[in-house]
Amino acid sequence: MPKPPPSTEPLDTYTLNMGPQHPSTHGVLRMRLTLRGEQIVIAEPVIGYSHRAHEKMAENRTYAQFLPNTSRQDYLSGMIYNFAWVEAVEKMAAIAVPDRALVARVILAEFNRIASHLLWIGAFLMDLGAPTPFLYCWDDREAILFLLESVTGSRLTYCTGRFGGLSRDLDDDFPRRAREVVAKLKARWDEYERLIEENVIFRNRAIGVGILTRDQCLSYGVTGPTLRGSGVPYDVRKAEPYGAYERFEFDVPTRPEGDVLARYMVRVLEMQQSVRIIEQALDQLPAGPILNPDSIGVKKRLKLPVGTQYYAVESARGHYGILLVSEGGPEPYRAKFRTPSYPNLAVLGEVMPGNFVADAVAVLGSVDLVMPEVDR
Amino acid sequence: MGALTHLLASLLGDTVARIALGVVFIMGFLTFNVLFLIWLERKVAGHIQRRLGPMEVGPHGALQTLADMLKLLSKELFTPVAADRYTYLLAPILVFLPTLCVASLIPVGPAVAFADMPYGLIVIAALSGLTVIAIFMAGWSSNNKYAVLGGLRSVAQVVAYEIPVLLAALSVVLIAQSLNLRQIVEGQSFPYILVEPLAAVVFFIGITAETNRAPFDIPEAESELVGGFHTEYSGMRFAMFFFAEYTNMLVLGALGATLFLGGWKGPLLPGWLWIILKAYGVILLMMWARWTFPRLRFDQLMSFAWKLLIPLALGNLVVTALVLGFAG
Repeated sequence: MPKPPPSTEPLDTYTLNMGPQHPSTHGVLRMRLTLRGEQIVIAEPVIGYSHRAHEKMAENRTYAQFLPNTSRQDYLSGMIYNFAWVEAVEKMAAIAVPDRALVARVILAEFNRIASHLLWIGAFLMDLGAPTPFLYCWDDREAILFLLESVTGSRLTYCTGRFGGLSRDLDDDFPRRAREVVAKLKARWDEYERLIEENVIFRNRAIGVGILTRDQCLSYGVTGPTLRGSGVPYDVRKAEPYGAYERFEFDVPTRPEGDVLARYMVRVLEMQQSVRIIEQALDQLPAGPILNPDSIGVKKRLKLPVGTQYYAVESARGHYGILLVSEGGPEPYRAKFRTPSYPNLAVLGEVMPGNFVADAVAVLGSVDLVMPEVDR
Repeated sequence: MGALTHLLASLLGDTVARIALGVVFIMGFLTFNVLFLIWLERKVAGHIQRRLGPMEVGPHGALQTLADMLKLLSKELFTPVAADRYTYLLAPILVFLPTLCVASLIPVGPAVAFADMPYGLIVIAALSGLTVIAIFMAGWSSNNKYAVLGGLRSVAQVVAYEIPVLLAALSVVLIAQSLNLRQIVEGQSFPYILVEPLAAVVFFIGITAETNRAPFDIPEAESELVGGFHTEYSGMRFAMFFFAEYTNMLVLGALGATLFLGGWKGPLLPGWLWIILKAYGVILLMMWARWTFPRLRFDQLMSFAWKLLIPLALGNLVVTALVLGFAG
């Protein structure tokens, strides 16, 4: 065997490739960690392992044909992404949406947000080495998935949005089932608090770890619960309300600390706010058609007027934006997706140095990355 | 059991027969128990997590571990090219031996211990520290960064947690006035946990850490180090580490039962059953902790041992000595 060339690495550090196949990089992220002992000197995220060219695909498909792609960008809150695309196109094509569809979208999207956060809590605690909350969260999430499945027909990659409404109406029994799920969730907040937040080991692992300052967040464009965990009350649902969100009362929970615990707490509080929104929406759910009868529906040759438009929603991970450029054809000239996980990941290079490998896992978990969304 | 005890007693005269019988009996007993323990762990985990655990193979999944073992036996035994071959192959075998030796020292009845040594506790302390060498060999020889990290963590952890375990055991020795495990049990007219509750708690935490069980499972923390020291081991070699962990649990649980819970003593049931039951009680407690708590971080683990457990155990030892000195 030929002798390998002498290493140019400094002798007191070594490189550890965490991922792309590693139990806690949640998909296919690779962290190039330069370590001194167990302490991180440099952390460099390497991405691109699940790039599927969604933006290029959008240019080669009609607006309706692209619908199934949307929820595959972020498979954990696919509903929100699906509706974002639908709403962006509706806004540009000036398609009216019936009231019932608007409110139903809010209900479904908020349920999806809770499901996403629940999964995050479970996976995050698993990263910290506690396997049990994972199954508790999974159980609650299952109730939501079951409910959403009864409306949309799918469990993960929803494609229920249609230009001008929804593909299916909510059945008459839906409000009752939804309220049951809500009651189940509300009964759980206490249990999570006792199991997780009051646990000494969890608090020690989470307090003061991976602190993201307000300025770091703002300069990297971090959004979502990660940003709110650093004390910035920015939520697209409040800042630039879309859909029916203006009609509902809810708070934007923030925490000033910017550490792992703050990000955890923000998500927990956010789930409670989502429940609040769902309850109001269920009370106000108007009767009427779910799909605008005059709209084009999923007709194949929908053409948008010439122009450029940016449309943003608050996904479970943060500010999700769609830039649509139309030249009047049946396909967009350009579709650019501003996904929240990308900046949320980029900022980690600043936070991780100085921490231990175990903290790297905690910090990585705490920002709630979905890799297919980073790569798109 | 009476007949077996009798047979053992008659055989104990012959050294060779005694050793052979002891090895066979202990190996068989431990293997059977480990199979059961792994099933139990999965059942306990399942019920703590509001699910059923294994249910398919055999009644309530009782044969699940056997099925898993068959699966592992059929797997390829993979050796990394860059591994330090002999160390790599030796580690999974060595990891077993100290535990087996410790098992032979634990008395299961007034007259039944395969090796009844006058300084049994010291031998146990010396032996139980050896497991970590095998673990470090595994980590080092795999030539994998995760494995090395796991091995290093393991060494530091065991060194740190041996001390409180020994200090806690020493306070029992002071009361029993003996290092012989049989005499320690015989001295317990009531379980020592009642006089030494603090030592018992420290001992329990210590053995949890020594067996690399969550929340102290940092040498194999799968969310950080993939598989830790056994990342590169496959098939039965991996199973050996897995088995060793459970054997260790059982033996240290039995040691805990011997030191603090009155060993074989108990009403109605025979002694050998009592010590098994008590050991299982300790193990169930360890399982409960594992499926409830998150994992500590490495530095937190170390400061917990050095800054809290060791001073506590030391203080407890000093207080015990003073009380005994003034009282007796």
